[in-house]
Amino acid sequence: MSPFPLTRRAFHALAGATVLSLSVGLPAVAQTPPGVLIVGQIAEPKSLDPATVTAANDFRILMNIYDGLARYKDGTLEPEPALATGWDVSEDGKVYTFHLRDGVKFHDGTPFNAEAVKFNFDRMLDENHPYHDTGPFPLAFFFSSVTEVKAIDDLTVEFTLSEPYAPFMANIAYATGLIVSPEAVKQYGADFGRHPSGTGPFKFAEWRSNEAVVVEKNPDYWDGAPPLDAVVFRPITDANTRTAEMLAGGIDLMVEVPPDAISEFQNDRYQIFEAAGPHVWFLILNAKEGPFADKRVRQAANYAINKQALVDNVLEGTAEVAAGPTPPAFGWAYDATLDPYPYDPEKAKALIKEAGAEGAKLTFFVTEGGSGMLDPIPMGTAIQADLKAVGLDVEIKTFEWNTFLGEVNPGLEGKADMAEMAWMTQDPDTLPFLALRTGAWPDQGGFNSGYYSNPEVDALLEKARVSTDQTERADLYKKMQQIVHDDAPWVFVANWKQNAVATAAVENFQLQPSFFLILKDVAKN
Amino acid sequence: MGAYILKRLLAAIPVILGITVIVFAIISLIPGDPATAILGSYATPENVEKLNRDLGLDKPLVQQYFIWLGNMLQGDFGRSFSLNRPVFDEVMERFGATLILAGTALVLCSILGVIAGVVSAARQYGFADKAITFVVLIGISIPSFFLGMMMILFFAVRLRLLPVSGMYAIYGGGDLPDLIRHLIMPATALAVVATGVVARLSRSAMLEVLRQDFIRTARAKGVGEGRVIWAHALKAAMVSIIPVIGVQAGFVLSGAVYIETVFQWPGVGRMLVNAILTRDILLVQGGVVIVAACYVLFNLAVDVAQSLLDPRVKT
Repeated sequence: MSPFPLTRRAFHALAGATVLSLSVGLPAVAQTPPGVLIVGQIAEPKSLDPATVTAANDFRILMNIYDGLARYKDGTLEPEPALATGWDVSEDGKVYTFHLRDGVKFHDGTPFNAEAVKFNFDRMLDENHPYHDTGPFPLAFFFSSVTEVKAIDDLTVEFTLSEPYAPFMANIAYATGLIVSPEAVKQYGADFGRHPSGTGPFKFAEWRSNEAVVVEKNPDYWDGAPPLDAVVFRPITDANTRTAEMLAGGIDLMVEVPPDAISEFQNDRYQIFEAAGPHVWFLILNAKEGPFADKRVRQAANYAINKQALVDNVLEGTAEVAAGPTPPAFGWAYDATLDPYPYDPEKAKALIKEAGAEGAKLTFFVTEGGSGMLDPIPMGTAIQADLKAVGLDVEIKTFEWNTFLGEVNPGLEGKADMAEMAWMTQDPDTLPFLALRTGAWPDQGGFNSGYYSNPEVDALLEKARVSTDQTERADLYKKMQQIVHDDAPWVFVANWKQNAVATAAVENFQLQPSFFLILKDVAKN
Repeated sequence: MGAYILKRLLAAIPVILGITVIVFAIISLIPGDPATAILGSYATPENVEKLNRDLGLDKPLVQQYFIWLGNMLQGDFGRSFSLNRPVFDEVMERFGATLILAGTALVLCSILGVIAGVVSAARQYGFADKAITFVVLIGISIPSFFLGMMMILFFAVRLRLLPVSGMYAIYGGGDLPDLIRHLIMPATALAVVATGVVARLSRSAMLEVLRQDFIRTARAKGVGEGRVIWAHALKAAMVSIIPVIGVQAGFVLSGAVYIETVFQWPGVGRMLVNAILTRDILLVQGGVVIVAACYVLFNLAVDVAQSLLDPRVKT
């Protein structure tokens, strides 16, 4: 008797199982349904309550369910009317009066009015508000200058600020300023984030944990019903898997395409989108102690690092070389006359020699990942090699992102000479105000971890913050950029271009400099 | 037997509690806190302090732990701040998905591994043995996430036979065939290494048994070779194979972390990784308690099965 009495039967069973698995496998190739856009997101959203979230990933969904009083004009970071038809600012810049759009209803059928606006901001800002416990509201400080929100009549609402604050309107148009339905918050309490109700072009339909968030067309949208019947947001954390889903037809649109996967989509079945965002990737230099306390060595670092090579080779063209602290995406506030430091190792060597810092040993904090950090480890290694070429001996210390923030944010003193960092903001005020002022040194609650200090820059930033005249602000920011460019408290490395890929069937899609995903005009055939 | 099981269950309680203390301590000791994770760029000391207060994280660690423990014992696992929902709901939902994936992989690796090991041992140094040993070596050596990625590229992207990721189709799915379609690749990728290990150990266990006297006696009595191998020898070898499968259960559960990420499987492994990265301590604790409890129960089941097979194993 054969030692394998089961062989033939096993073979049949195996063959049967294979056929069965193939037959159940076949329907999987079905394409996504027409009229429904399936979006590959980078992570599961935390919540769909705009007041409680901080991640761009969550904002991409929220911008399609909600509206704010203002929104960014298509393709820019300039506020334009949305739920407010307009607004007046008082002479002293402290009182903003919003005139609200009439006849708008939340998805739950309750009316949008001045009381609803007041409810939204009081909920975030007033610790005694009955629904303040539906938080926490981590970005409420965007509105910390607001002392009072008053409903003048049904369609007029007045914000009083403690002091003039120029970024106010940019923050109103940001995701944190989106208006939620007060009745829905009262009904669901802390679970509102899973039962969202806004005024936006799409209504929330369903949230299947870790599988999909589904939103459906709002036929009564005040700005015209969207062409799409529904949008499905799928969280696919692994970038390679997201790419594979796109290639296999499981999604119609994906964001944050890995640089090395772009070539897969360079054919007529796909469209590739790119847009520069308000992002800057830089190295914080410790201006308080060590070699970088000397401006010449800081400038030398800017000359020594081959930023073009970093952008072309490490980031494979998904970013552009940065010229200064303000990203070009802030059109009006950006000084276009500013040129990036050219790659000039000889000049760097001369400056280092002049400063007597030849052969200096430097400690460099590098992160493993993190929001907006792009490809931090290969970038850190390339930077290390460039600095070595001009005679600076750099030792890299690598940290996991949250650990990294815990090391860098309290300041580099006594620990490191340089650290990687990246910021993405909605107003040209935010980053320099929080990271370049003397008043923003870590011990004073800011992010100036390299202890840069220039009274002239401080004065310019303080003045720009309280000015309500955009031309004046632009002028001040441009002066600031020139000084900071010359002082070189950072190595200005890259401005990230956001990318996305869509199938050829997707129409009217446009990436926004805000990095928001606006789908109200998008169609799919 | 009943008393033994009860005793083992009671003994598991301090083990699980010990695990929660260790996990809590580790999460608290690593730098970076939830508020910093949530605020990201905006984590000024002032904002961090306020948010920590709102999250109830400004109390001393020991107090935080006992608050958690007291609530947990009353069935309240707290609220995840990275997902903004009750920890218990999230963990149970995710754990079901992991059980389906890991359970399937475990069944696959047990059946295939034992069959391969037995066939290999029965034909020691023969062609089947060499072929199986070779395949097993490859299987053990391939990292499961790489295998998973390659399977996606071939079966989903190239052939379009199977879905790339997820547990159910976004539209028109949700039934059993749909689940099976989504399960084939991740379960296989997860089972490959464990199958190799089980096959290797089954082979050596079988070889050992096949050299014993009772096998020779059985053959001398004229029992057919198939019966000798699959009934007499395998039953005796199972005593040493079952504990190996028990160990593989732990391996498969931890391997699920990678596989769940590659295949976007909504399981507890991926949840735990995210929870650790966002310092979501309540979610980590809740997840660990459930996984640890499951692991302890599974080991108990393995021990009970072993004692049923082999009377020499004392219960």
